[in-house]
Amino acid sequence: MIPELGNFALMLASVLALGGACLGLYAPKEPVLQNGVLSMVFGQWAFSLLAFVALVYAFMVDDFSVSYVANQSNSLLPWYYKISAAWGGHEGSFLLWILIMGTWMLAFALRSDQYPERFTARALGVLSLLNLGFICFALFTSNPFLRLIPLTPADGADLNPLLQDFGLIVHPPLLYAGYVGLAIPFAMAVAALLEGRVDATWARWCRTWTNMAWALLTCGIALGSWWAYYELGWGGWWSWDPVENASFMPWLAATALVHSLSVTENRGTFKSWTLLLAITAFSFSLLGAFIVRSGVLTSVHSFAVDPERGMYILIFLAVVVGGSLSLYAARASQSTANVSYQVLSREFFMLMNNVIMVVSLAVVLWGTLAPIGYEALTGGRISIGTPFFNAFFVPLGLVLLGTLALVPVLNWKRTRGQVVASVSQAFGLALVLGAVVWFALDPASLLVAGAVTLSVWVVLTHARQLWLRLGKGRVPAAYLGMTLAHLGFAMGTLGIAITATQSVESDVRMSPQSQIELAGQQVTFTGVIEVLGPNYRAQQGVFIVTDGDTSYELRPEKRQYFAGGNTMTEAAISAGFFADTYLSLGEPLDGGAWAVRAHYKPLVRWIWIGALLMAAGGILAVFDKRYARQRRRQEAPVAKVAAT
Amino acid sequence: MSRASLFVPLGVFLLILGLGYVGFDLGARNELPSALMNKPFPEFNARLLDTPERSLTREDLLGRPTLVNVWATWCPTCLSEHEQLMLIAANTDVRIVGVNYKDNPDKALQWLEQFGNPYQWVLDDRDGLLGIEMGVYGAPETFLLDAQGQVVYKRIGDINPRVWRSELKPRLLALDVSIQDFGEAKAQSEQKGEQKGDQKSDQKGDQKADQKGDQG
Repeated sequence: MIPELGNFALMLASVLALGGACLGLYAPKEPVLQNGVLSMVFGQWAFSLLAFVALVYAFMVDDFSVSYVANQSNSLLPWYYKISAAWGGHEGSFLLWILIMGTWMLAFALRSDQYPERFTARALGVLSLLNLGFICFALFTSNPFLRLIPLTPADGADLNPLLQDFGLIVHPPLLYAGYVGLAIPFAMAVAALLEGRVDATWARWCRTWTNMAWALLTCGIALGSWWAYYELGWGGWWSWDPVENASFMPWLAATALVHSLSVTENRGTFKSWTLLLAITAFSFSLLGAFIVRSGVLTSVHSFAVDPERGMYILIFLAVVVGGSLSLYAARASQSTANVSYQVLSREFFMLMNNVIMVVSLAVVLWGTLAPIGYEALTGGRISIGTPFFNAFFVPLGLVLLGTLALVPVLNWKRTRGQVVASVSQAFGLALVLGAVVWFALDPASLLVAGAVTLSVWVVLTHARQLWLRLGKGRVPAAYLGMTLAHLGFAMGTLGIAITATQSVESDVRMSPQSQIELAGQQVTFTGVIEVLGPNYRAQQGVFIVTDGDTSYELRPEKRQYFAGGNTMTEAAISAGFFADTYLSLGEPLDGGAWAVRAHYKPLVRWIWIGALLMAAGGILAVFDKRYARQRRRQEAPVAKVAAT
Repeated sequence: MSRASLFVPLGVFLLILGLGYVGFDLGARNELPSALMNKPFPEFNARLLDTPERSLTREDLLGRPTLVNVWATWCPTCLSEHEQLMLIAANTDVRIVGVNYKDNPDKALQWLEQFGNPYQWVLDDRDGLLGIEMGVYGAPETFLLDAQGQVVYKRIGDINPRVWRSELKPRLLALDVSIQDFGEAKAQSEQKGEQKGDQKSDQKGDQKADQKGDQG
């Protein structure tokens, strides 16, 4: 009964989405109809929430007559994984996507008193249209509420053990919040094109939403990388997998958008370019969904292949992206704003950022899609791997770091030479440090020394300028946010450079009581014991790691899950700010010996801390005074809607 | 900026869309889950669970349609499909061969004794090597081989009455396997059941001897 209610709620949401799309895009002048759009947005959210709660309920009560529950859950699963199992597979994760879409729309509607009524209606109309597409996709090709009656299985097939993890509980919701959040700047861009009005005010409205979505996307990607690192059992944090690329591409476009919006807001230029980026960023979210859910590229993340779903998303993509780009071609302003700026100016450096982001985007897109093109042309299969991406991203990252170091001292339009010269002292200091690292880490490559020098330079120039500004008085939140995000970027890049080149990895055979040395630490293998978890049993290796005077225990596991019989490797990690020690059990060998994978990874944590700092910076900037709520109407219509 | 340049993004997108369509088409052609589909069952050499001194090869599976069922005692779903396999064994003349996957042989023999043995042979794959050859990634999985040893169907997950009715039975009929109606009318199977029963008691005898041998 409850699952049927959920299904019905989803149908109601689709009807409201259709209504909201028609009424919103019609952009009524009458306040009654404008409020009607807002109510329909509220209804879409409420019914999506109802549907989602119904699905979670089916999981909690082990209703294995629901096909999706039977495939994703098991009566032995702990309750928190039963909840997160609701988004562990294709159908449920898409319902979560719809709920998050509804939540963003609700948030936009709640802040709509800041924007002109017809603009709000148009943007919500676009969002409702997108939501209609999403809900129909769920209803017609991937309904999570389908029943297995009368052949109800006695127990469920269990959630994929890879997904029985804290990472799964938080990674998809954050990532989807980022993906779907990009729909707001997209809708605002389309609404602006429809109205033929793009100006600094529009950019200011758009920035808060873009920053929020971008920050959430950053967190989601970082969490995914962290999860892969400790759960997949191979100690990597990024593998240029098509699905990782699918999340990276909208991030690159959104990063470019964040910067280009700043120029449009402050200088009123880059307008068409900003619009295009807003459309592009969300288009790549959709393209990512196509890649992940159609099975066009195989990857560890792939959901079950279903041609019908892939075709649906492809058509949806054609309509949404093709439609908006046609609108862009027809309506975007072709006049270049008469704004001049010199090379040493913020505008030019923002442009540098945008060029680097777009080039990166093109590289990732090529690396992801080229295998398809190659197969189509020749019938053969190739895979484009890490070397291809590294060949581009190492120089691109270094150039980006170099330009970043100058950013704090730059002004809009032009910057005096001596101000720029002031960063040279910082460069000298950074260069010394880089040289020290180069000698200390011999025979590390010159590129690592370069990355260290440039990251330190970025940190020094940003810290110095922040110090000077703090001395003069209050610093705006936007400036603090920018500084924080740039420091995060420098920190993350430094972590990447050091981890990628300085890690010690050894795959060894260890018999009980044997000892190996790992980057100055003694690792002793005590033996393997058996442990029993709630829905698995495991062989647990007991290792003692001694580093000078301190010693600690690490217990990697090899788990056999009862249902489905999957065997999973659970790595044991001693996490440190400066380095991680990482152990995982391989296969058992003769005589009680085991294949053991032992890694020492310096600064690996800086990658994720850096990403979190970037996200924190993006959110901090939203709280700048100039984005504070400005009421444009006497009364708040949303309050009325909520009351009815 | 000329008007035409505004159309560049649309052009790029259409190019990507076309590529997506082409790739999508390719994806449908090379469906990955059925790596062995319509290919010969792999060569192997595996010992029998109950008589370890005897081993089977691919040639032993030729000559008549065969269901190869991957199972283990650690797999609850295998137990839930077991009844269906027993019914299939009793009411059709398809040969069912078990692959005891990553399991403890003693436990497996005990399990067969307790719940019944639908298999003509059970292959011992305690280290999972045959499983790798077959591309198994969990239990239960079931492969249907024609008389020439070609894999004509693969099922990941349990064989339940629905799968039997809609997927397996039509394919067996296509391979000229004789099938008696069962499910509602279990009584019909008595005659065959006796036949199978004889075979089973023989196997049980073997198993006991085997276990004693192990202990000794």
